[in-house]
Amino acid sequence: MKAAVIVFPGSNCDRDVKVAIEAVTGTPVVMVWHGQASVPKCDLIVLPGGFSYGDYLRCGAMAAHSAVMRDVVAKAKAGTPVLGICNGFQILCEAGLLPGVLQRNASLRFVCRDVWLKVERTDTIYTSRYAKGEVIRIPVAHGDGNYFADAATLDRLEAEGRVVLRYVDETGRALPEANPNGSQHNIAGICDPTRRILGLMPHPERLYEPLLGGIDGRRFFESMAATLAA
Amino acid sequence: MKALVKITLKNGVLDPQGKAIQNALAALGFTGVEEVRQGKYIEIRLAEANEAKARAAVEKMCQELLANTVIENYAYELVPG
Repeated sequence: MKAAVIVFPGSNCDRDVKVAIEAVTGTPVVMVWHGQASVPKCDLIVLPGGFSYGDYLRCGAMAAHSAVMRDVVAKAKAGTPVLGICNGFQILCEAGLLPGVLQRNASLRFVCRDVWLKVERTDTIYTSRYAKGEVIRIPVAHGDGNYFADAATLDRLEAEGRVVLRYVDETGRALPEANPNGSQHNIAGICDPTRRILGLMPHPERLYEPLLGGIDGRRFFESMAATLAA
Repeated sequence: MKALVKITLKNGVLDPQGKAIQNALAALGFTGVEEVRQGKYIEIRLAEANEAKARAAVEKMCQELLANTVIENYAYELVPG
């Protein structure tokens, strides 16, 4: 699997995700600077976490219009899988590749801790190595992760089964107390109708090997490696 | 010409910052503050002298970048300067 990670000014999880992908797949990852006009041909594009363009205007708004994103959007629409983590999820929403928007956390506080997630869908490139309904522990670290969409969009997401990850308690219940940021329907991650584009607030790359304190994030990368290996 | 652009949250969209401001005002002793909504104000100086063209340009700026119309409304006026 050949993956490209897009690097924006202010990205800070770009190397983490590169290292995680390389550790699991054994294939070098290409780093692509935001000013480049195009992304080399690859099997997966990753928009990493961070604070692109200092979160000016709105999180992800500037990055969504940077030079390289024109090609990312074109390639995504032509079928290249795109994974957006944290700031990457915000960028996917601002670029119109995923619906809705990530607003300031309802608590107004930056939330940096492990959360429990329920894997609602396993027929995606990114979650095939998990069990449906499995509860996993992954860290979040964001100030703007409060997912918002209008009622019609939420209904559509639920009806089409596009909520891939939901904030839950340890036993898998999507309670308000388990919601770290006020997201509607406890949404932690959604995909596009083709399930090739995934945006999620939690950081699987921060928990992919025992030295980091856990391996619940590792199967994200194993899923991608298995699905995109050819 | 200058464009004065105001961006506000749509009705029904949660505004935690506005809520925090409201609480702070109450803590300062300002009574009767029923609601606070926070928005953005952006001034743009334009080289364009033709008002219709300037308006079209600002409209496009709002649509493409300045506002996220999922959650925000925008309004603007053009003034000399």
